[in-house]
Amino acid sequence: MWIVVESSARTRQTSAGFKSKYNFRHQSTVKETSVSDSSVATAVLEPEGAAKGSPSVNDLTIHVATVNGSGSQSSNSVLMRSIFQMGIPVSGKNMFPSNIAGLPTWFTIRANKDGWIARKKEVDLLVCMNVATAREDVEALETGSFCIYDAPLNCKSIRNDVIFFEVPFSKLANELSDDSRLRKLLTNMIYVGVVADLLGIERDEMIVALEKQFKGKKKAVELNVKAIDKGLEFSRENLGKQELFRLERMNKTAGKIIIDGNAAAAIGAMFAGVTVVTWYPITPSSSLCESLIDYLKQYRIEEDGKANFAVVQAEDEIAAVGMVLGAGWAGARSMTSTSGPGISLMSEFAGLAYFAEIPGVVWDIQRVGPSTGLPTRTSQGDILQVFSLSHGDTQHLALFPGSVEECYEFAAEALDLAEMFQAPVFVLSDLDLGMNNWMSDPFKYPEKEIRRGKVLTAERLQELEGKWGRYLDVDGDAIPYRTLPGTDHPAASYFTRGSGHDAYARYSERPEDYKDTIDRLARKYDTARKFVPKPVIDRHEAARIGFIAYGTTDFPLQESRSQLKREKNIETSYFRLRALPFTSELKAFIADHDRVYIVEQNRDGQMGDLIRLEVGEDQRKIRKILHYTGLPCDARFITNAVLTLEEEAP
Amino acid sequence: MADSVLKTAGDVPKENRLGLKALDYGGGKSTLCAGCGHDAISNQIIRAFYEMSVSPERVVKFSGIGCSSKTPAYFMSRAHGLNAVHGRMPAVATGAMLANKNLLGIGVSGDGDTASIGLGQFMHMVRRNIPLIYIIENNGVYGLTKGQFSATADEGSKLKSGVINDLPPMDLCALAVELGCGFVARGFAGDPKQMVNILKAAIAHDGMAVIDVISPCTTFNNHEGSTKGYQYSKEHQELLHQIGFVPSYEQIEIDYAPGEVKKVVMHDGSTVLLKKLEEDYDPSNTLQALSRLHEAVEAGQMLTGLVFLKPEKKSFLEMLNLVEEPLASLSLDRVRPSREALAQIMRDLM
Repeated sequence: MWIVVESSARTRQTSAGFKSKYNFRHQSTVKETSVSDSSVATAVLEPEGAAKGSPSVNDLTIHVATVNGSGSQSSNSVLMRSIFQMGIPVSGKNMFPSNIAGLPTWFTIRANKDGWIARKKEVDLLVCMNVATAREDVEALETGSFCIYDAPLNCKSIRNDVIFFEVPFSKLANELSDDSRLRKLLTNMIYVGVVADLLGIERDEMIVALEKQFKGKKKAVELNVKAIDKGLEFSRENLGKQELFRLERMNKTAGKIIIDGNAAAAIGAMFAGVTVVTWYPITPSSSLCESLIDYLKQYRIEEDGKANFAVVQAEDEIAAVGMVLGAGWAGARSMTSTSGPGISLMSEFAGLAYFAEIPGVVWDIQRVGPSTGLPTRTSQGDILQVFSLSHGDTQHLALFPGSVEECYEFAAEALDLAEMFQAPVFVLSDLDLGMNNWMSDPFKYPEKEIRRGKVLTAERLQELEGKWGRYLDVDGDAIPYRTLPGTDHPAASYFTRGSGHDAYARYSERPEDYKDTIDRLARKYDTARKFVPKPVIDRHEAARIGFIAYGTTDFPLQESRSQLKREKNIETSYFRLRALPFTSELKAFIADHDRVYIVEQNRDGQMGDLIRLEVGEDQRKIRKILHYTGLPCDARFITNAVLTLEEEAP
Repeated sequence: MADSVLKTAGDVPKENRLGLKALDYGGGKSTLCAGCGHDAISNQIIRAFYEMSVSPERVVKFSGIGCSSKTPAYFMSRAHGLNAVHGRMPAVATGAMLANKNLLGIGVSGDGDTASIGLGQFMHMVRRNIPLIYIIENNGVYGLTKGQFSATADEGSKLKSGVINDLPPMDLCALAVELGCGFVARGFAGDPKQMVNILKAAIAHDGMAVIDVISPCTTFNNHEGSTKGYQYSKEHQELLHQIGFVPSYEQIEIDYAPGEVKKVVMHDGSTVLLKKLEEDYDPSNTLQALSRLHEAVEAGQMLTGLVFLKPEKKSFLEMLNLVEEPLASLSLDRVRPSREALAQIMRDLM
């Protein structure tokens, strides 16, 4: 039995088939099938926070609808930053089109005093600036929310159960500048002022945020302050007060940073001593290497002006990964970053790296596939593809960072693991983590030495009297020793090939040699179980229900657990997976619970399938909750799904 | 006259300047067909590296997939080798050269590996000017899959089965010249003297050296009607000039009439001597190189020699302005920025 439930929990269907690479019985699955979240009303079990009527403090979602390329990014950053500087936990998500200018774009800011910073589907305040989406955006609002809109859009005529504030933005912008291009930008800053007045965002903090945004460009700051003041003044004099939501200073963000996962990964890689970086531009991964280039130029040019790193913008992803492997083979710490389509292209090289045992790191900032898919929307859909990338029997090491801090840490971890295991290592982030802004504690300086794996030097070869075999399992851990090109010893060299080879790297088509090699590679993968990042487990003795999730699903899942506890008094345990291969804790966790919900952001429950293969008999306990609209998963979706499945099949 | 005037590969000393014997540059036993042009080229590579006294431990060998790409296993066993995937040797070679700029790289590819599946990577590698000797062992056919035409097969040439090639060939030398390669040569596997000197000049070149070598496939493309066989090539080879090579540590001890021999000083101080045979050919003139290549095609000639030579072009590694020590062996203290650097970055994000 398995169930498909719309996010609203309004329609249910039962299906007998399961179209996946793997076929299992007794599946319980909840999937979000709606194309657009906003078009589906959500069944909220109990209203959160204060009842409407008395202001809810420091708990709201602001949704800004604008046109791509209109400069609203700066305005939204200032808005988000100001709230952050007031000490209120906040997150910002940019929902943008695959387009440079002219198509609708939305930015969602969630402020939450309890620190829940996952996407929240329900919008409390809509800033409606885009004529193309005004009706749809307003119709998606819940009764009792409020909306600031550009006067010509006449949103108040659309419905009467929403509180509207009309602002003549063009008129106000005209008062600020004669330059029509500038007026467009200033319009966006005016809404920042209006929002600030209505919610209570402090003017001083906005000025600090502006200075940060425009990096001290005095003129730009002054002009934008005027725009914000214009908005503040208009709102104060014309809009009156709203009693629904307030933002008030608190102290939950002191000492925190705001960063996106791609920049965090870049910083991590730089401090982990990456030396060769290759890339091919692709959304949503480009900003990883672009940030890395900026940081490297700033911090990795030596005193004589020489660079201790090399960056190449390759001609395609095949070349990018080929360069990474060439560099890794020759002893550099090398990486590239890409997204799903790039991973597809890298397939053949992934097989070479696995079989010939060449280190290299590949970041996959996942977007929605298959094919071009939704290039600017998020997904966790590359799990199975990455796990077995290449033809033939392959199993790859993969890491799943669940926060920007882990993007920073895993950048180093991946480079180490690649060299330790002489294998490609994939780091699976996603668009939501990679490109959106997240709050975090500042990153800690790495105290560990970097681990460079088993490399024989010329001196060591001398001691061994030149006797060694490139693919010999000397230590019983299935990890052989390698030498680097240029090692000054007559016995140092070996011939690396993706064709069949024996333990001494000689060409071989002998059945025993092939089997020995491919079996040792499987053993090597087993060895990795002890070295990859362990899961983060929150085990509750009383809990009969366990959750398994990874990556960005962590944010809504944590919040959902809190909802289940608060609203239904359901205690849950949680296993946050951080790597492939699975570690020994996985089976124990599943054994300890009656029902285990695997929550992920793809259609087929890809990680769930891998877990089923891993756990054998206990797979009957596994249920899937799947969110795959291209938008980040939200807590209420998980909560509703769990409750539905618990009711259907306790 | 030519041989006596120009320093060419003549007597081979028993030991080179490193005290190594030619045998120290040998490789595994070839598994290619008897008489394969590729094996001749492997021997020419061995001889050039031996005579140039290049330490084999400093050499890295790369290849893609195909008969040609097997050959790095048949020369210089004391050098590391990497047999990449089909058509993607340029990428791995680029990565390795970035990791360790002290290595001397030589890549061996074929006409299928370079002109078809690997054309994009080949072109981009030329464009970047990665310091690597890139040899195309060009026989006009896919040998390892039993004799299908490649993209360098001449129009009108005939397969053993009688199939006629009706598509025009790609001229990889012309392509390399067009893309700004600083060293472009065409050799013939059956002309070892010329090949060894081309290879020596390529070893001395700092930048990408493209050498397209006509290398007959004795099994699939050496018959009547083939335009890449031994017989046909011998009959149609047209020397652009005679090539001499004088390493930096030797004096140029030849007399030549002014204007008869062109001298090109290479990056490492060695000298390439080009004795003109047919016309006043300037190998640093792009337009002349291209027009001469086109004329040769029109005339049915197999033009060989140093088609283009401009050693001063900056290599990609120079452009990257890398530190002296190879990136691969930099110590942690050099590649991990300071505690203060991280603190600064964190402050900027607060």
